[in-house]
Amino acid sequence: MWRSIIPAGVFAVLVGFFVVGLYRDPSQVPSPLIGKQAPAYTLPRVEDPALQISNSDFAGKKHLVNVWATWCVECRREHAVLLEIARQNVVPIVGLDWKDELPLAQQWLQQLGNPYVATAFDPEGRVAIDFGVYGAPETFLIDEQGKVLYKQIGTLTMEIWEQEFLPRINGQPNGQTS
Amino acid sequence: MTIELGHFALILAFALALAQAFFGLAGSHTRRDNWMAASRSAVTGQLVFTLFSFVCLAAAFLRSDFSVLYVANNSNTDLPAFYKFAAVWGAHEGSLLLWLLILATWSAAVGWFNRAMTPAFTSKVLGVLGLISSGFSLFVITTSNPFERLLPAALQGADLNPLLQDPALVIHPPMLYAGYVGLAVPFACAVAALLEGKLDAAWARWVRPWATLSWLFLTLGISLGSFWAYYELGWGGWWFWDPVENASFMPWLMCTALIHSLAVTEKRGLFKSWTVLLAICGFSLSLLGTFLVRSGVLVSVHAFASDPSRGLFILAFLTLCIGGALTLYGWRAQRLQSEAGFAVISRESFLLFNNVLLVVAAGLILLGTLYPLFVDALNLGKISVGSPYFSVVFLIPMLPLVLLLAVGMHAGWKQAKFTTAKRPILIALGLAVAFAATMTLLIFKRFSPLCFVGLLAGGWVFLSALIEPIARLRAKQSLSRGIIAMSLAHLGVAVFMLGVTTVETYKIEKDVSLTNNQSIEIAGYQFTLLGTQAVTGPNYDAIEGTVSVTRNGQELTVLRPQKRIYRVQTSPMTEAGIDAHWQRDLFVALGDDLGNGVWSLRIQYKPLVRFIWLGTVIMALGGLIGVTDRRYRVKAAARSGNSEAVVAGA
Repeated sequence: MWRSIIPAGVFAVLVGFFVVGLYRDPSQVPSPLIGKQAPAYTLPRVEDPALQISNSDFAGKKHLVNVWATWCVECRREHAVLLEIARQNVVPIVGLDWKDELPLAQQWLQQLGNPYVATAFDPEGRVAIDFGVYGAPETFLIDEQGKVLYKQIGTLTMEIWEQEFLPRINGQPNGQTS
Repeated sequence: MTIELGHFALILAFALALAQAFFGLAGSHTRRDNWMAASRSAVTGQLVFTLFSFVCLAAAFLRSDFSVLYVANNSNTDLPAFYKFAAVWGAHEGSLLLWLLILATWSAAVGWFNRAMTPAFTSKVLGVLGLISSGFSLFVITTSNPFERLLPAALQGADLNPLLQDPALVIHPPMLYAGYVGLAVPFACAVAALLEGKLDAAWARWVRPWATLSWLFLTLGISLGSFWAYYELGWGGWWFWDPVENASFMPWLMCTALIHSLAVTEKRGLFKSWTVLLAICGFSLSLLGTFLVRSGVLVSVHAFASDPSRGLFILAFLTLCIGGALTLYGWRAQRLQSEAGFAVISRESFLLFNNVLLVVAAGLILLGTLYPLFVDALNLGKISVGSPYFSVVFLIPMLPLVLLLAVGMHAGWKQAKFTTAKRPILIALGLAVAFAATMTLLIFKRFSPLCFVGLLAGGWVFLSALIEPIARLRAKQSLSRGIIAMSLAHLGVAVFMLGVTTVETYKIEKDVSLTNNQSIEIAGYQFTLLGTQAVTGPNYDAIEGTVSVTRNGQELTVLRPQKRIYRVQTSPMTEAGIDAHWQRDLFVALGDDLGNGVWSLRIQYKPLVRFIWLGTVIMALGGLIGVTDRRYRVKAAARSGNSEAVVAGA
């Protein structure tokens, strides 16, 4: 007979999430990948699938890897921020187009502008799994040795860029990473 | 002045809703006939005053009274009169007023058509509806008042969101709301049954038309929204798994499950507590949808109004309504005992599978829709779950559901009596295999296993739905509305399936850049850009492309896709040029000016895409015939589970 209480219980848990959700700001947790070697990949490029892009192309350079997709609404909002970051010309941004369709992705870059030095095309999401991607968008900061310095889950904003990324890029990790 | 009258009428409607709730619930509890009668009068009063309030707001729109903040924000003197009226529900405040008006209409309908039920039961239903109305009117009055003045008045209005300036979108919200809000009636009936601790066949028979009618409105509303997105958003997609779309789709799935479960409860006295739970969940998901859309907890392309204080109010209301109903369910559900058992292979168990699969589908969509919220609440960031999740996950319960449907329609109550329909079902299966093979191998000449299964299932359901009507016609038996309704609704499902499967497998989408008089061939059609020119509309400027379409040298049509800039809000809108045909759509959307007279164009070939909406219209037609079944108009039949000779519904 206690079975009939289950729906009310499930609903109570939902309400808990909704209350938290109402007062929520995007915030981050460190990823298990931080301080570890970023996964290796070799993938076709969105701009021209005949060309390939691999992690070794960026060895010795600090760079961002930004996971996005055309079906992702948050990515559309994030795109303007990425364009601004690209304009600042601090580090190259590598795109990882995740579970997407090539013509849509190409159209996206054509229409919204292209902040990426290159975009890897990962239609089945294999590389994204190696990166431990939860969902789009996510952004990784990778250092000269190919180690993950920082991971941003969710939309990148100018504040996050200035507070979390820039200090790390300039070599002053602000305490949170090990 | 009219605006103040409208505001005042809304406050009166709120007071009457409170009276309706109090007299309805307290009156039936203490068995005072005059209190129960007062509740019924209050319902009519509530409808009159809500309607008056709505008319006042509409008048302010038609007269372009920009001393009203809501009118100033959502209208403009250049807006065509038709859209001025539609702008009443073009944004948050007014759409909630429409919500209230529709709820008042449904409540009044309950007050009128209740001869089959006891006065005590009707009063409880009206009481619960009154609680919902008063909660929502309080919400409108305190957080979303459309009658707020703007002083000094604006000289000109900010115009209606250009996305909404479209005939389909004018009727889409009222339809969808009629469905959403209509689910309040089965909800109130479920709560009333729990309060009475009694639920019989008469209850189920009375609730069925309400559920079917809400389902009909939901079906049409969702379908209109999808059709609008198809030609207006310029992407040529028909479903985006956007949180707001999901918010309307989940109640639809629940309501579909409810309709089927009610059939079992009426005919066999089974699944009682399950039916009650579905009725509660259906309306809960409508409310949840309202919360998700209005509070901004989820990011969506539709979220045009979001505000945390509104979110908090809806959440509190949601918790009271759903939490209260579910707690009552937890307390009382075991009193609703089933009256009989059934065999493993019987119509009952097919319908149980149907219910489980529909609920699983709704659950998976709910999970995907709320997952970003969970992740956010657990401090894991803001993310998006998109169509790659939904389109895969949705197929998992849906394919078995459709395959079961083809067989389940012909199963008998209590135990399977395949003897009458086994042969026709197998013949239908054979024909469906042949059909799927022809379509994939001969017509489209590209085989894909998923597409084959989809076409097979669609074809099988299509033929299977025709078996019973044909058999009855051949035997010169009468064809009851129940059977016509069921067959039509299932035919609709089949047509929809065929459309979705074909268009998703064989559509061709190309982004091309063309200069004047340059052409390109897609799917055997020759598209030639003849030129572009400036066009002026009543409240927008546009660039119109002229694209001629020829096939084998014969001109078929000239398409004129537009790219519009609405003057006030200066947002660009795409008006696609579509050549519609029952077997395929040719879709041309004008992209960007690439310079030197070169334009980017998005050209699409969409085979059988019209079947998607045709299917939903057939489904709705089935619902309509089901609602008008004479059985429901028969006066208070015996209050026991004597089933009629006609086996219908399911």
